[in-house]
Amino acid sequence: MSLLDRFFQKDGVALSKVISYIENQEPGYQKLLGRLYPHAGKAYKIGITGPPGAGKSTIADKISSKLAAGDKELGIIAVDPTSPFTGGALLGDRIRMQDISLLPNVFIRSMATRGSTGGLAQTTSEVTLVLDAFGKEYILIETVGVGQAELDVADLCDTTVVVLVPEFGDSVQMMKAGLMEIGDIFVVNKSDRLGAGRLLSELEMVLEIRGNQDGWGIPVVATEAVNNVGTEALLEKIIQHQSYISSHPVYEKHRKNQIRTELSRIVSRQFQELMLTRLLPSPRLESLIEEIYRGEKDPYSSGREVFSRIEVRDN
Amino acid sequence: MQKKFRILLAKPGLDGHDRGIKVVASALRDAGMEVIYTGLRQTPEMIVAASIQEDVDAIGLSILSGAHMTLFPAVLDLLKRKGAGRILVFGGGIIPEKDIEELEAMGVGKLYTPGASTREIIDYLKKTIPGRRKEEKVF
Repeated sequence: MSLLDRFFQKDGVALSKVISYIENQEPGYQKLLGRLYPHAGKAYKIGITGPPGAGKSTIADKISSKLAAGDKELGIIAVDPTSPFTGGALLGDRIRMQDISLLPNVFIRSMATRGSTGGLAQTTSEVTLVLDAFGKEYILIETVGVGQAELDVADLCDTTVVVLVPEFGDSVQMMKAGLMEIGDIFVVNKSDRLGAGRLLSELEMVLEIRGNQDGWGIPVVATEAVNNVGTEALLEKIIQHQSYISSHPVYEKHRKNQIRTELSRIVSRQFQELMLTRLLPSPRLESLIEEIYRGEKDPYSSGREVFSRIEVRDN
Repeated sequence: MQKKFRILLAKPGLDGHDRGIKVVASALRDAGMEVIYTGLRQTPEMIVAASIQEDVDAIGLSILSGAHMTLFPAVLDLLKRKGAGRILVFGGGIIPEKDIEELEAMGVGKLYTPGASTREIIDYLKKTIPGRRKEEKVF
């Protein structure tokens, strides 16, 4: 029996192998994704993002155990960074997910970013599709610990939860572009700590200035995830957002936006491959670097020259 | 893309001495591997479930409690029953020579005791893992 046959018979080992096949971008992985695509599209995707150590994994754990107790089929993708120096990674999010690690309806997969810089791994979006096609009803996606500008999760997910901690900063930090713009729900975790009250009120003020977004007033939830305080309220907000977005006309825009992002990612990845293998293979790149270093060429004309080798035909 | 080595490291049982396993985790990471560290007080069931979901090449267990003759066979047995017998199980801890021989005869991989170098572990994994991987018919 092929891997794909076993996958469709809901074999967990096969699911895991399919994910690896996609993650390693083995020959034909796009064909495989094409086969899975018609079976996907039913899962609801929840993104959890925020700075390192804010409590994203713990929140994912608590939310998941509640969803799983309601007999939901659940997939979790937890992303941690790959070292740009060695290619290695330490994936430690499962440590906080002990409550759910043995539930038969929960599947957890850790992913290393493998060179991607937007807060997700290179193939997180594809792996989400795999879990969706397998029949997972909710998929939680936990990003790497982010700063201000890693925002890919918002494109991928239907509800984005931004987790902050009392040390986050003052109201000007909250008015900055980026992270603060992608939350459908904000969480102040570790809310027993000094400064939590101030962060909560400043956050509410900043969100009030911004006003309702297409009829959704962005809520702020205080939690102590490790003690399971406030997590029930958070899940309620997530479910409210789910019913809001699913029935609202904004959903069509959101879905089309997801498709747009996905399509452009697929094309640009192929383009990247073309560049590395055909236009600028390593020896050619190295010799260009030498020439530019010696002052014989400049990077701008060299870039144009490389690019000019592509013939773009109209139509 | 070249296939990364994925290694799950865990501490089964009740001892909380995790300095050693953290040294190994850092060394494997620095050798370019993806290390899934699941932490302390893991049961064989948790270790095997996580290893299957993460599709790892190997499981490294650190046991300093003396319970190695129970825990290693339990993990091996569960892996086989779940159809994941190809995953290599290796480990380390305070393990007497005679027990090491017995465990290796059962099918456990290399076991390291205090004083082992991380280089040895890395070389062992790099040498052993590729031969245990299996190509599967996808479609």
